[in-house]
Amino acid sequence: MLLSNWNNYPRIEAKLEDLRTEGQALQMLEMNRYCIPRGLGRSYGDCSMNRFVISTPKFCRFISMDSNRGILECEAGASLEHILRVIIPRGWFLPVTPGTSHVTLGGAIASDVHGKNHHLHGAFGSHVLDLRLLTPRGDILNCSRDKDHDIFEAVCGGMGLLGLILSARIRLVPLESVFIRQKTLPAKDLDELMGFFQEYQAGTYSVAWMDCLQKGKKLGRGLFMLGEHCRAGEAPHAELLPPATGGARLPFTPPCRALTNPGIKAFNSLYYTLNSRRKGRSVTDLKSFFYPLDGLRDWNQLYGPQGFLQYQFVLPRCSSGAGLQKILQHIHSFGLHPYLAVLKLLGPGQGPLSFPMPGYTLALDFPIRAGLFSLLNTLDRVVLNLGGRIYLAKDARMQKDMLWQGYPRIKEFLNLKKRLDPENKLSSLQSRRLGICQNPY
Amino acid sequence: MSKPVLILGAGSDIARALGHELAAAGHDLYLAGRHPEELEKDARDLQLRYSINARGMFFDALDFDSHQTFYESLEPGPYGLVLAFGLLGEEDQARKTRKHWEKIIHTNYTGCISILTIAANHLEQAGEGFILGISSVAGDRGRKANYVYGSAKAGLSTFLSGLRNRLHSKGVRVITVKPGFVRTRMTRDMDLPARLTASPEQAARDIFKAIIKQKEIVYTRWMWRWIMLVIKCIPERVFKRMSI
Ligand SMILES: Cc1cc2nc3c(=O)[nH]c(=O)nc-3n(C[C@H](O)[C@H](O)[C@H](O)COP(=O)(O)OP(=O)(O)OC[C@H]3O[C@@H](n4cnc5c(N)ncnc54)[C@H](O)[C@@H]3O)c2cc1C
Ligand SMILES: NC(=O)c1ccc[n+]([C@@H]2O[C@H](COP(=O)([O-])OP(=O)(O)OC[C@H]3O[C@@H](n4cnc5c(N)ncnc54)[C@H](OP(=O)(O)O)[C@@H]3O)[C@@H](O)[C@H]2O)c1
Repeated sequence: MLLSNWNNYPRIEAKLEDLRTEGQALQMLEMNRYCIPRGLGRSYGDCSMNRFVISTPKFCRFISMDSNRGILECEAGASLEHILRVIIPRGWFLPVTPGTSHVTLGGAIASDVHGKNHHLHGAFGSHVLDLRLLTPRGDILNCSRDKDHDIFEAVCGGMGLLGLILSARIRLVPLESVFIRQKTLPAKDLDELMGFFQEYQAGTYSVAWMDCLQKGKKLGRGLFMLGEHCRAGEAPHAELLPPATGGARLPFTPPCRALTNPGIKAFNSLYYTLNSRRKGRSVTDLKSFFYPLDGLRDWNQLYGPQGFLQYQFVLPRCSSGAGLQKILQHIHSFGLHPYLAVLKLLGPGQGPLSFPMPGYTLALDFPIRAGLFSLLNTLDRVVLNLGGRIYLAKDARMQKDMLWQGYPRIKEFLNLKKRLDPENKLSSLQSRRLGICQNPY
Repeated sequence: MSKPVLILGAGSDIARALGHELAAAGHDLYLAGRHPEELEKDARDLQLRYSINARGMFFDALDFDSHQTFYESLEPGPYGLVLAFGLLGEEDQARKTRKHWEKIIHTNYTGCISILTIAANHLEQAGEGFILGISSVAGDRGRKANYVYGSAKAGLSTFLSGLRNRLHSKGVRVITVKPGFVRTRMTRDMDLPARLTASPEQAARDIFKAIIKQKEIVYTRWMWRWIMLVIKCIPERVFKRMSI
């Protein structure tokens, strides 16, 4: 079948085999020379793509749940959405969640995903107590911070290259209500936006939406959003999560791009104006706060059949201000506008290939069109020169040096790779492009 | 236990998806099949997600002698029964070896009669409940690609129809499900036309709806009812020349 991840680029002919049981996992690794695990394919790029793919979403059973201590164990293909359905009614929530609930537990660990609370609570891996890893040689390792801690650390953010995560135990956080107190602050430029992140560092959840179409004095204007869980007493009413619904599905794939430049420009201005007027506080539910796009299924099709790219980088805190200015200016000079831009302040990271480092991360969605790749190559230089790096889960095109210079602990990772997978059995298109695996396709 | 349902061949993709529907509706479950260790994991999963009771257990459709004891070991006795096991087999092998065609017939037909006869007697006594059998559109007309399988499914459909007739006045409902194409382990190497193919979850939703909405014969996906209507109307003298 024709396979692509969320951004529909690249697209390759691939064979997906559904994983259902642990026994099958071993067989699949033995039978196939090169393969890569894939969860729900919500990454933007080629990290979970290969000619042969071990597809995990059917390997998704709940193994145990300690409702007193908030400890949950599931098979790796369980989606965060299904996990939330079970834990929320019991008064628990995920310690870290990305901007969509349609990702698997294995995918969340393998990309060491971050949420709006990264500056306080770290990435997903920080909340994994232990995990069971099937190595390409057929051993099952039970690793944690105490046992095989080097492997444990590297698997978190390891992009599926060290072994297949079979199951994991994670620590949940207590939840008193399904409501979030939200505060929205309009910022007239980049300085003000970054100022808000500084000022509200103690806030639990923070993120900013940036209007990238503004230039000059308004460069980097945006909306800063802050969220706190409502305590039981503060919640407007005491009901738990609204029943999960399927969400409206886009009726068809538009033959061409449905999002256009003038349309996006008008939308950005309107969004900014409306929200700046409505500024201040409001109460919203978990789903609208964390997963605003999950209600609209297949929104990725709006970019048309040629797909889109998300460019997400992080810059060290000291060089963030100047760096972001520079990047926005480059984007303007190329005349290619991102349709969505999200800014976030990150805290320290963990594993050797884990993305976060203390500093600002910006995620930009671009429709694929002429000139985009050369713009991104230009941005790469800026990011690299300032000591930043690119998120592997959002990468479909960067070159080797971005990995080798951006991730200083890459050697450590490669040593483990050699130890656990000397034949490079687990390899993805991305790992070959980046020189982690040299074997043929 | 609340209205427990016994699923036979509970490891099948369609059955696993149906297990979620039934558990979400509050039914307790007996999950029976040839891999009780995996079914025990499924049972644990369903218990955690839906706060029901569930158990995995061993059942082999071909071991007729064990069926009576197996059924009577279920305590409390099932309120409903879902028969999901099946074997497509390989037509060319069925032409060559007796062992193979026997296995197809015994799995899709004889094994069903064996366990359903026992279950029917118990449910008749209880005076309530349902029996749901997963047959196939392949049983609606014999085609060269899978007529051994198809004829066994035809036998199963006919048996279920008779059973429905017998149990109707006794308060026991009998439901025949005829899937067209479903993307499962059984069909994983086939190139199935997307528009006519259901996911196991879709098929399970259709099947669950049939249980609540008091249907007798359901096709999944729905268009298969009309497709098979047309196919059944083709005169044999034309059909014999066709390749579908
Ligand atoms: C709308 C949207 C919002 C997002 N927001 C965020 C965000 O806020 N923060 C963030 O960090 N990310 C975000 N992401 C990215 C997403 O969280 C990650 O790409 C995540 O890894 C996707 O998980 P998946 O299950 O779809 O895995 P896939 O995309 O299928 O795979 C991702 C990687 O995980 C590996 N993998 C998957 N399963 C296993 C396994 N069982 N064992 C070993 N390796 C495995 C794959 O090999 C691959 O390298 C967002 C994505 C979308 C579409
Ligand atoms: N998929 C389709 O397109 C399609 C179309 C029409 C009808 N159907 C019918 O739908 C039903 C479910 O099939 P499926 O598509 O979900 O395929 P499946 O996943 O292959 O399920 C078949 C199941 O039957 C079980 N089984 C086979 N022989 C058995 C035996 N002797 N004793 C106990 N269990 C036995 C298998 O158990 P193991 O796990 O032990 O192998 C397996 O779980 C079958 O009756 C099939 O004929 C399917």
